[in-house]
Amino acid sequence: MLSESELIDGVLKGNRRALARLITLIEDEDLLASKVLAKLYKHTGKAHIIGITGPPGSGKSTIVTKLIPELRKKQKTIGIVCVDPSSPFSGGALLGDRIRMQEHTLDEAVYVRSMGTRGHLGGLARSTSDAVRAIDAFGKDVIIVETVGAGQAEVEIIEIAQTVIVTDVPGSGDDIQAIKAGIMEIADIFVVNKSDLPGADNKVMEINAMLELDSRQRDWTPPVILTDARSGDGIPELVEKIEQHIEFLKKSGLLNQKDLKRSRDELEDLMRDKLTRKLLEKLRDEPEYDDAIAKIAKRNEDPYTVAERLIAEFLVKYRE
Amino acid sequence: MGEKETLPHALKRWRDVIVKKVIGRFPERKEEFETVSGIPVKRLYTPADMEPIDYMKDIGFPGEFPFTRGVQPTMYRGRFWTMRQYSGFATAKETNERYRFLLEQGQTGLSVAFDLPTQIGYDSDHELAKGEVGKVGVAIDSLADMEILFDGIPLDKVSTSMTINSSAAVLLAMYIAVAEKQGVSMDKLRGTIQNDILKEYAARGTYIFPPGPSMRLITDTFKFCSENMPLFNSISISGYHIREAGSTAVQEVAFTLADGIAYVEAAIKAGLDVDSFASRLSFFFGSASEFFEEIAKFRAARRLWAKIMKERFGARDDNSSRMRFHTQTAGYTLTAQQPDNNVVRVTLQALQAVLGGTQSLHTNSRDEALSLPTEESVQIALRTQQIIAHETAVGDTVDPMAGSYFVEVLTAEIENRAMEYIKKIDEMGGAPAAIERGYIQSEIHNSAYDYQRRVDSGERIVVGVNEFTVDEEQRFDYLRVNPQAESEQVARLKDIRSKRDTFKVEASLDALREGAKGDANLVPIILDAVKVYATLGEICGVLRDVFGEYKAADIL
Amino acid sequence: MGSAKKIRVLLAKPGLDGHDRGVKVVARALRDAGMEVIYTGLRQTPEMIVRAAIDEAVSCIGLSILSGAHMALFPKVMELLKKEGATDILVVGGGIIPEDDLPELKKAGIAEIFGPGTSLDEIVEYIKANVKT
Repeated sequence: MLSESELIDGVLKGNRRALARLITLIEDEDLLASKVLAKLYKHTGKAHIIGITGPPGSGKSTIVTKLIPELRKKQKTIGIVCVDPSSPFSGGALLGDRIRMQEHTLDEAVYVRSMGTRGHLGGLARSTSDAVRAIDAFGKDVIIVETVGAGQAEVEIIEIAQTVIVTDVPGSGDDIQAIKAGIMEIADIFVVNKSDLPGADNKVMEINAMLELDSRQRDWTPPVILTDARSGDGIPELVEKIEQHIEFLKKSGLLNQKDLKRSRDELEDLMRDKLTRKLLEKLRDEPEYDDAIAKIAKRNEDPYTVAERLIAEFLVKYRE
Repeated sequence: MGEKETLPHALKRWRDVIVKKVIGRFPERKEEFETVSGIPVKRLYTPADMEPIDYMKDIGFPGEFPFTRGVQPTMYRGRFWTMRQYSGFATAKETNERYRFLLEQGQTGLSVAFDLPTQIGYDSDHELAKGEVGKVGVAIDSLADMEILFDGIPLDKVSTSMTINSSAAVLLAMYIAVAEKQGVSMDKLRGTIQNDILKEYAARGTYIFPPGPSMRLITDTFKFCSENMPLFNSISISGYHIREAGSTAVQEVAFTLADGIAYVEAAIKAGLDVDSFASRLSFFFGSASEFFEEIAKFRAARRLWAKIMKERFGARDDNSSRMRFHTQTAGYTLTAQQPDNNVVRVTLQALQAVLGGTQSLHTNSRDEALSLPTEESVQIALRTQQIIAHETAVGDTVDPMAGSYFVEVLTAEIENRAMEYIKKIDEMGGAPAAIERGYIQSEIHNSAYDYQRRVDSGERIVVGVNEFTVDEEQRFDYLRVNPQAESEQVARLKDIRSKRDTFKVEASLDALREGAKGDANLVPIILDAVKVYATLGEICGVLRDVFGEYKAADIL
Repeated sequence: MGSAKKIRVLLAKPGLDGHDRGVKVVARALRDAGMEVIYTGLRQTPEMIVRAAIDEAVSCIGLSILSGAHMALFPKVMELLKKEGATDILVVGGGIIPEDDLPELKKAGIAEIFGPGTSLDEIVEYIKANVKT
């Protein structure tokens, strides 16, 4: 087991094993992880974080694989996090995305990590954000997060990524789904992959039509790009759009806004977590707590009043 | 019973009275019985089950459409199946010795096993060949090795099957060149190249190039063989490996025939008339554990293919609908525990294939769950076939299982279920598309997982493994491949390279590169290259450059 | 199903062998037993295997090989792991590996070989019992 300082040093010096170990600690919710992340925090904020989401079979992994050499051409180093669903029954997972990125396995500039959602809903693992942060501190210029993309509530990616790419394929009938899920709203770039299949142009038109229905005033109109990831068609254009987007975010001040929002959200999440944990730890120790719950179940007391009371008591106790 | 009792009446009575009496005291071993493919198996089959079957239409006569009863009218009364033991290891010299042994022992055709570097287009000194040279088959780097391999073996008298796929065109060219040196023209050559890339993507894994160029190479060989080698099978559309990878019998038939459909379509698209090549398509199946399902499987496959060729592809020549196939007893059923038991398994599996009307047969050796077979073990495997042929008289009449109520029902069931799969695959756009989506792979994997779970739970018994085990396994002496084979081979390769005419080699490889970029038939160009001792790795290297390499997406 | 520690396993097929029935079935069984399985597919070199194992911080590597090339490839994997200082990873193997080769493989650091006839439960239990957490 590596110590706190070994982990911090290792990550900052580019030691892959240290980074990998740190991410495991993050996934395992080990207390050491937050200590290390706290110290690494000031070294983060440099990477361009790209999220890629979309239905299974739309070729996300293949697109990512093809993005790598394009980004490498521009001297960028890359981190990739692939998230796959964990089994709700066993808690285990088959993480098969890195297979598609084989050819880059031995490239020093590329780091790939596979993660299971471990019961977390929303398309990402709970620890994805912290894992991305670790890779940021490690020094990767671009970090790509590939999500599960079951097409439902993938909006979580927007909290981590600065540029969100939404993929789709011709002929898929999941337009209604997408609208419902809010996917259309989070996309900064649309990619219609497998452009060799019939209906590719129709799909592009559909997306553009849906964008027209979007009444919000946006300074950035999400482009719709046709790609054939297998052959590489459209990939240079995609990279161009990605770069344009981050430039736009910087110039427009949106990047700062996002950073502020993210920092606020994160701080409040952490505080909420800590508070709740402290509160419940305390309460669960007290037998009165179980009594109160029993009373609520019997309809002798109501949960609204009990909640008020317990919190008030807790706040008072804390002040002392 | 006064008047004659009707069958349905008697059946009901039998069930309600006789069976009921016994079942009360002696329940059956299972609630429900079904084959490994999931086909329900009834307690009893009677003429009533034959109602939907029309003898003339569905069963017919051997040698006649739909060939359910066999592809020739006389079958084994005329000639026994070819006894063709798959074999190859270490260097060409050692394999040549084994071939001569087998031919002396009465084997009637050769079957060449190549090592993985050869199958995947690498020379024996390639980085990725380390540790693999000569292990699963013979190492062939150039025509020089091929000459040694067939030294003393008259290619006008012996037919040779070569299990080679991605690099099939190269090995075919080498075979032709060796024959030429023996004075045998290619139109006299008998044999087969496996040449079935689709199953490599789906189940076997020795692919090199992506699907498009691979199909081009295959149709090039079809064309070349149809014009120059009328006695040679340009493909062995394989189900064996699909079965080995875990599929059921129904899936084995379905996916193999779906692959076959894809090849026929590709050839037609390449401009060939179906009747010009279809008669030289051959097939390859496994023979696994469940006796009657396997026999029915062979008959169902024959009938289904015949219908597909006639109705879907409009073949006019009967030969185009005639499914000839090779069978190998199922490797996955062999156990490392109590290896002698495997002799029994193989005997039954071989018998199934014979009763199913196979054209040629490979019987596994008892030690093949441990290693490549020893001479002693392969002899037993060969004798197994010889005993079946010469002592049991099962070959004295054609398709003896016909008319068995059970077997005919199973044959029809397998055909119908396989057809359902084929329809589904058609909807996906055919086998290549289905493979790209991972459909075929996941069906195979699901069956494999299901099988393993049943073995682990004890629901499916494997004698010696989860039942009837022994504590102390007997020490077994198995074959150790000559450990010097790799270094010997690498040395010889160096030697060949130093002695040949480099100019000619370069020129031939340039011609190949040009040909590959265009649409010339690559077989003659490859033939020119092998004759000047361009190596397999060099030839495939050029093709890798031009065609690219297949990237497996590995759907789990 | 919270974020309790998970056992992460890398399954790989080193060399040119293309028979993946076994490794895929094992992958699924390990997943069903609650492990996170990273399957790297066919045609892995020892370098690729070790790099992936380290980047993914796995606690177990499973090598599957049926081609007879294990004596060249398995020890190379162990050598590279040593070089990377990753000797705490449990390394097991499966496929067609003759008993006679076991002693040398074990000496090189392979913990166990699961040959034909091994049940999936046996493999699962072994890994659970022997990974270093």
